[in-house]
Amino acid sequence: MSSVAVIDYGMGNLHSIAKALQHADSRVNVQITADAAVISAADRVVFPGVGAIRDCMQALNDSGLADVIHEVAQNKPFLGICLGMQALLTDSEENDGIACLNIFPGHARRFADHMLSADGNVLKIPHMGWNQVKQIPHPLWHNIPDHSRFYFVHSYYAAADDPRHIAATADYPQAFTCALAKDNMFAVQFHPEKSQTVGLQLLQNFLVWDGTA
Amino acid sequence: MSLAKRIIPCLDVDNGRVVKGVKFVDIRDAGDPVEIARRYDSEGADEITFLDITATHDNRDTIVHVVEQVASEVFIPLTVGGGIRVLEDIRRMLNAGADKVGINSAAVFRPEFVKEAAEKFGSQCIVVAIDAKKVSLEGEENRWEIFTHGGRKPTGINAIEWAVRMKDYGAGEILLTSMDRDGTKSGFDLALTRAISEAVSIPVIASGGVGNLDHLADGIIEGKADAVLAASIFHFAEYTIEQAKRHMQSRGIEVRL
Repeated sequence: MSSVAVIDYGMGNLHSIAKALQHADSRVNVQITADAAVISAADRVVFPGVGAIRDCMQALNDSGLADVIHEVAQNKPFLGICLGMQALLTDSEENDGIACLNIFPGHARRFADHMLSADGNVLKIPHMGWNQVKQIPHPLWHNIPDHSRFYFVHSYYAAADDPRHIAATADYPQAFTCALAKDNMFAVQFHPEKSQTVGLQLLQNFLVWDGTA
Repeated sequence: MSLAKRIIPCLDVDNGRVVKGVKFVDIRDAGDPVEIARRYDSEGADEITFLDITATHDNRDTIVHVVEQVASEVFIPLTVGGGIRVLEDIRRMLNAGADKVGINSAAVFRPEFVKEAAEKFGSQCIVVAIDAKKVSLEGEENRWEIFTHGGRKPTGINAIEWAVRMKDYGAGEILLTSMDRDGTKSGFDLALTRAISEAVSIPVIASGGVGNLDHLADGIIEGKADAVLAASIFHFAEYTIEQAKRHMQSRGIEVRL
């Protein structure tokens, strides 16, 4: 039986993601864990996160979980979600600048204030709600129609240094990167666990993914 | 194409049952919350909000069980409001599977609570619910005030200033209810909705008074709301969520279908 470790570093609510993974495949063994040994032994790793980046990075560094993330990032199917995606970048503008894990070279940047939509209304921050995702071919998009809507809630977005790492974009109002991929790593800005059918499909795809593009 | 405007059905839950009162009387039983949430999800609801109206503290466990059950089978954002007073209440709801909590009276009694909650759990899960009533007289410039206790108790706080303050304290979203319109089926207070939406940079959910599908579209187009919340028009099967979305789309609003 396949096992998935959901990394628990004290940030936010992990029950939704655990429940959604279990729903996507009832045979999978989902463990919410802060134990480096369990994470290291799991077949797959999910790295979720909500909240602010300073607390996130501090929790990862203080607990030693940053090290195990670097380790499993070498070899296991790995899925970062929301703040868990931003933490994989080199650094973030949030909290006056915070160094991150530097697994994907790039920077988390804040959406500009007072951006206007096509019909002239001010765009709200956080970017909250269901937005269309433009895919760049990858096994994790299997059986998900291109331009499907996923649920987002965030004020910062990933600006990747290497365009080959971009696995999807969304518009707000300009295109921004909402999924990153390289080798066994995949990361999304939206919440698959809250994105109904298409979100569950993405999680199902992750649970059968062999970690190669 | 970009971000869709959201439709959020609201379930008023009392002792584990969905109820809906009209102007706080004549409470009609509208069914089992889990069953209704499942139906709304399949019809395309963008989020679901539960308002726990159970008055006694002893029965608070009931809403936790409802949220747990819904969260195991409905994978869209869930918000729980009603009786959120301390950080532990928030933790409990998030652990049960809620994604956001609605804070109302507790914010009025002690505004710093919103700040503490946002710092602890992140702004993304803190929705400040505002119940506002028009207090300006005929011929005066529009002025709305915050009310508590289901619209019975005035606070003297200006609604627009309050919304801005709550945003500054870390609220991620505002749920705005017009007490003048709630339960009347005469449409949102569009002037109020627009005034608040234009005053804050965070998303605003319009609530209170929806009687038909044009009201929903008006809330977005004229009220400049980012999402619209309604209860009774969906509970009693007057309209499905899908019908509502198709109607909004026909009026040029981007929706998730």
